Amino acid sequence: MNEPPLSRSKENVPLLELRREIPRRYYLGAGVGFIALFIIAWFLLTGLGMVSRIFLPSPAAVWAEMIRQIQSGLIWQDASASLYRITVGWLMATLLAVPIGVLMGNFHFFEGLFEPFIDLVRYMPAVAFVPLTILWLGVDDGQKFAILFIGTFFQEVLLIMDNVKTVPQDLIQVSYTFGLNKWEVLWHVILRAAMPGVWDTFRITLGWAWTYLVVAELVAANVGLGYRIMRAQRFLETETIILGILIIGVLGLMTDYLFKMSYKRLFPWAIQTR
Amino acid sequence: MSTPKLRLVNVWKQFFVEKGELLTAVQDLSMTVQANEFVSLLGPSGCGKSTTLMMVAGLDSISAGRIEVDGRPIAGPGPDRGVVFQSYTLFPWLTVEENVRFALKKSGLSRSRQDELVRHHLRLVGLDDFAAAMPNQLSGGMRQRVAIARALVYRPQMLLMDEPFGALDAQTRMLMQELLLTIWQADRTTVLFVTHDVDEAILLSDRIYVMTARPGRIKAEIVVDLPRPRTFLETEGDERFVQLRKQALSFIHSEVRQSGSSG
Repeated sequence: MNEPPLSRSKENVPLLELRREIPRRYYLGAGVGFIALFIIAWFLLTGLGMVSRIFLPSPAAVWAEMIRQIQSGLIWQDASASLYRITVGWLMATLLAVPIGVLMGNFHFFEGLFEPFIDLVRYMPAVAFVPLTILWLGVDDGQKFAILFIGTFFQEVLLIMDNVKTVPQDLIQVSYTFGLNKWEVLWHVILRAAMPGVWDTFRITLGWAWTYLVVAELVAANVGLGYRIMRAQRFLETETIILGILIIGVLGLMTDYLFKMSYKRLFPWAIQTR
Repeated sequence: MSTPKLRLVNVWKQFFVEKGELLTAVQDLSMTVQANEFVSLLGPSGCGKSTTLMMVAGLDSISAGRIEVDGRPIAGPGPDRGVVFQSYTLFPWLTVEENVRFALKKSGLSRSRQDELVRHHLRLVGLDDFAAAMPNQLSGGMRQRVAIARALVYRPQMLLMDEPFGALDAQTRMLMQELLLTIWQADRTTVLFVTHDVDEAILLSDRIYVMTARPGRIKAEIVVDLPRPRTFLETEGDERFVQLRKQALSFIHSEVRQSGSSG
């Protein structure tokens, strides 16, 4: 009788074949290893004194700064202020982007009405709006929300419109034959079908909002992760800058992860198994 | 003779395309389907047969002419004409059972009556064990079975099918054709079936309308006088089947060549 040729111990894993699947442990290992490589390089560069302390502080210095900020409570103040601003700014953009995007995706009239304007504003840099928003809204959180809104809304509304447009035409047609009117089709079919895409749009746009945080807190702020970075720049406190950037990166990763996990829970049907 | 279930009288479908040209998809098409008949619309790709079906379904507008169901002109889509498309069109966020039940949303029937009908039709297509499954867990053939159950559950006057088995592999297609015949034998809903497959049309239908290449008109009408019930294997070698096949193919062949040279 012939033995099946493959067994786990004899597995010969080609890593560089085109499109070939590799075992999960190699996949994860490679990712972790790459990050580890960076950290090791960082230790070496600073430890061997190859770079000036101001240009690149050692990992130890950054760590020490983090401990200092935790003990003084500064890190929680900054993080909560920034999280608050991002949440409100993103929510404002989203609460407007969803209905408008849905209208634009379903009615060519609204698409024609809004798209040229949106396309135009989309390319205007949010940074350039900072002095204007200060003029219009002062230096309170409202100004920060406005910057986050400007940076997020115009892209988000187009993405939502696309999410709605990709609902298959056949699905809509067949719904009419069940006697549904167009509002029922919109609510029960189009929106339900578009939800997974819309959720993913939320994940992506919240990620963008994170990158606009520093822009939003650029001037006229006295607390926040972005503010902390800009302030540190003035005093050349590089370890604070690097710490701030790392924290923003990690927080962004966490919100991204939250959305990805909730997607799997909410929309198991959107994942193809056959 | 009683009023035909479905009547198309001098139906045209025209629309403007990109460069402002006028495209005629369907030209002066007339046909009838009697109650409880199974009629196929057979023709080469792009001949306008799907467009015709969409107009009968009320999902596309008519440029000229009349379409009447039970003597009355149609006014948009509705539960009197159930549709099964080639793409599966199941709602992916609903289970099999919920998908079929969705068709009864506007029926005004009681919950228990709905349960009855849904269960009956799932059993009819052989999927009562899969009531709680999600569409993304089903094969193509199974999804189409759900689509058929969903189209029949509210007892439409007519069933309109647009190449429903076109996306399936040959073996599954064979099984689905036989399933359709079995289901249809039971309650003889009036069916208008669109296909480009000659064998399929002959196997399933009482009559076949052969369409020309675009702009589509009725080229010929073939009465399929094979006895029922029919099975795939029995008909395959049958003399009369082969004759009808030859007849249909000769009509189609010239049209396919023509549409091939122009598009």
